[in-house]
Amino acid sequence: MIITFKINGEIKTQEIKSSLLLIDLIRDVLRLKGTKPGCLEGECGACSVIVNGAAINSCMYLAINVDGKEVTTIEGLGNNENPLHQVQEKMLENGAVQCGFCTSGMVMTTKAYSDKCIAEGITPTREEVKKSLEGNLCRCTGYAKIIDAAEAVYKK
Amino acid sequence: MLLRQFIKNSSNPPLTPPKEGKLPPFGRVGVGQTSNFKTMKKELNIIGKSHQKLDGKERVSGKAVYGHDIELPNMLHGSILRAKYPCAEIISIDTSKALTLEGVECIITANDVDVNNIGYKRDHPILKKGTVNCNRDEIAAVAAQTKEIADKAIQLIEVKYKIKEGVYDPFEALKETAPRINEFGKGAEQFGNKNVAEYFHYEHGNLAEQKAKSKVIVKKRYELPRVTHACMATSNITAEFNNFDGRLTLWSSTQVPFLYQRDIAHALKMEPSKIRVIQPIIGGGFGSKLDMHPFEPICVLLAKKSGKPVQILYSREEEFLASPTRQPMVIDLTTGCDENGKFTFREVEIIKDNGAYTSWGATTPFVMMQSYSSLYQVPACKFDSHAVYTNNPFAGSFRGYGNPQATFSIESNIDLMAEELGMDKREIRLINANYKGEITGQGLHFKTCGAIPALKTVIEKSNYDKIMAAPNTGRYKRGVGLGSMLHVGGGAKIYRSDGCGTTLKLDDYGYLTIVTGSNEIGQGSETVLAMIAMEELGIPKEKIKVINTDTDVKPWDVGVHASRTSFVAGNSLLGAIKLIKEKLNNKASQLLNVKTNEWEYKDGSMLFNGQEIKLDKVAREMHFASPHELCTVNYFYEPPSRFQDKDFKGDVSGNYAFASQAIEVEVDTVTGNVQVLNVHVSQDVGRVLNPIGLQGQMEGGLATGIGYALTEEMIYEKGILKNPSFHGYKMLTSTDMPDVHFYPIETYDEAGPYGSKGAGEAPLIPTAAAIANAVSNALGVRFYSLPITAEKVLRALSEKKLETRNSKQETNKI
Repeated sequence: MIITFKINGEIKTQEIKSSLLLIDLIRDVLRLKGTKPGCLEGECGACSVIVNGAAINSCMYLAINVDGKEVTTIEGLGNNENPLHQVQEKMLENGAVQCGFCTSGMVMTTKAYSDKCIAEGITPTREEVKKSLEGNLCRCTGYAKIIDAAEAVYKK
Repeated sequence: MLLRQFIKNSSNPPLTPPKEGKLPPFGRVGVGQTSNFKTMKKELNIIGKSHQKLDGKERVSGKAVYGHDIELPNMLHGSILRAKYPCAEIISIDTSKALTLEGVECIITANDVDVNNIGYKRDHPILKKGTVNCNRDEIAAVAAQTKEIADKAIQLIEVKYKIKEGVYDPFEALKETAPRINEFGKGAEQFGNKNVAEYFHYEHGNLAEQKAKSKVIVKKRYELPRVTHACMATSNITAEFNNFDGRLTLWSSTQVPFLYQRDIAHALKMEPSKIRVIQPIIGGGFGSKLDMHPFEPICVLLAKKSGKPVQILYSREEEFLASPTRQPMVIDLTTGCDENGKFTFREVEIIKDNGAYTSWGATTPFVMMQSYSSLYQVPACKFDSHAVYTNNPFAGSFRGYGNPQATFSIESNIDLMAEELGMDKREIRLINANYKGEITGQGLHFKTCGAIPALKTVIEKSNYDKIMAAPNTGRYKRGVGLGSMLHVGGGAKIYRSDGCGTTLKLDDYGYLTIVTGSNEIGQGSETVLAMIAMEELGIPKEKIKVINTDTDVKPWDVGVHASRTSFVAGNSLLGAIKLIKEKLNNKASQLLNVKTNEWEYKDGSMLFNGQEIKLDKVAREMHFASPHELCTVNYFYEPPSRFQDKDFKGDVSGNYAFASQAIEVEVDTVTGNVQVLNVHVSQDVGRVLNPIGLQGQMEGGLATGIGYALTEEMIYEKGILKNPSFHGYKMLTSTDMPDVHFYPIETYDEAGPYGSKGAGEAPLIPTAAAIANAVSNALGVRFYSLPITAEKVLRALSEKKLETRNSKQETNKI
């Protein structure tokens, strides 16, 4: 079937099998390799992308469901003038990246959450920030610096 | 000093530590700053200040290329058929149906290949025939045009088995009546039992004499679970074989590329130099990539047979089923102390579940015996460890390399001895702690030692007194526990060389390329190397490149293990910098007509006595003017450590790391849930190189250590893994992570770059020990096995209640 969607600001029309997973559309069809396959069972969050403002596990989401929607992957952050989004900058400044395999997912989850909080005029507590990252696993960092980075997004 | 003298000295270790001064201040703690090592004397601008990860922008933007992201023209996808049963005879393998599936390019079984066994004991066939010995055994492999086709083809391969009764308990495997599990094992000839894969024995001191001196003797059995690395990136490899010249290129996430090159060559009967190993960005290592595993030569065999590049990527389930684990083991530890609490002896017997084949993991006793012999002052020690074949999956190496297991038993026994003696748990540790200048019974020479400062720091910072004094009634009970550790800090001389090579190239534009033998597996080693070059040569970060991923290019290094990379690669780089400075000094002196070697390197320039010349100009003059030289140097660093003798005695590392942790927990006596509230960790790191990187190593190690203590366990039933997913295997999440308070101790050890010591493994080593001691402190019940799950806590509490009730009834009767 044919779906039309916006990905990283660009409108695409694509013929796909109805069983295609969003992660496979992103990685194998569109060849955007920044979205990482950590478990393909919805447990680790490495494949998190943003669909219509919400971070989702792209391994648990059928590609047909993005028809008419807006998808942002890690490649969609930043631009030529500012290659890194603020969330990415904070991750680097706070030492939140070690092997980096979970990082794309951490960044996308944090971006979706902080966009929502900022839009609602909320500054979340550290506990709320921790909770927002609960679906993203990391084996290198012990999360502390990722949480620091996600909190730093709200600091001027 | 000769090895013999070490051993002689070690027979009578001094048993009283020197008097320590006041408690160290908050923050970094400097101890014994008497070294005259020249890099320590000068003021440092870069080292000791936090620097972002060198390639952090690539990693944070999704641009870094991991093994999963590699695509080659005409590349095929491989898939492996594994044994259906953990113990069986293979009657027949029929691949005919699978071969007819459209898109399948080739299938291999053991009958199609001419290969050598692999593994540390060469007891592991790459593809199995005749018998299967564990659930992860590789029976056949398919290369197909897509991963889906390869996976489907695997399902179409028909294998007939004769199921056999397996042996899943190492104690059963040791019985005479047990079947021989691994037909290549040499246990009968070497160790007097057919199912013993490896045996280690160590001893020092007079055990009988020390036992006689002991006021308290504690003998306990500890049981350690099987856990796994759970790297966020699953195992992966891409292989391309060139038929024209017989050369092989591997994109592999090994953490020991030069040993791996040799292992692949041996397995496939190739010349090592025809194998080029390229490391893409590695999505987690932690020791899992120390061994070469069967899927890697299998991928090459598929590439050779199909004539096309082949990629194998594990699914997460396959990662749980078929990647290495930490060694599960049963430790019988007997320890003693005299009436003053001074330790007298340790006697330990360990039975390790080796699984069906032998990996580097079987050599973990090499590290464990160091802790038993030398963590705290121990006048006599006897250590025996048997790794025993079973039909369980084989265990590999994992951050800490046996030390978390050893430390859990040692620190638990220390608490028990203190309780029996009625002594304070802090005091018994402080009076027995290691000290500067000590040469241990095993011959480890602690030229610097932060053990006592680390202990004192965590005791003070954790508010130990306050927690102990607080009332502990009601549903939630709090406790605090201590744990300390000793680990190699300056590499470990276990291979023929423990060295690392560096090539430096300063180009015509003043950019420096560091080609290092060492590897980046996420731990931040290349950032530290760039910092050292910035510090020494005054070149800005933007002008430094680190090349470290290609065995055809980089000089030799033994690999990422033993917390050695910053130490060994840092020293190697400092040696190379010394050489390149000699070249630059000579040229600059000639150009400016001065006689000096005292050039200062700053902001891309060389300065002396008011004169200044740009670094790139010196390099260009070297290149373009007679006698036309390139500004390149090579250096190989071999640490000053020594091989241990046949009795495992000797100073095996360039220096030694010490750490203590004080961990506060809260136990919910209704649910049994243990929550870690605060972790205070103090570690002798020699000198802090990159604070933000070091802190990250601490937090990450602690998270794995807490998981080991409380939540992680691979549940096996008769050789079959019951929880091969992140849902069933409980790693810590962001909400489980406690606050970490880290206090580095700086002892400025002469052997390390700027006085530093290896740090990466240490943070998870004493964690389970400290948590177990804290839970015991909270509840008055001790746990002798990990993980301390809610179920175990509740069972222990109900048993305690029952015991109390029974003893009350007994009292009433009297």
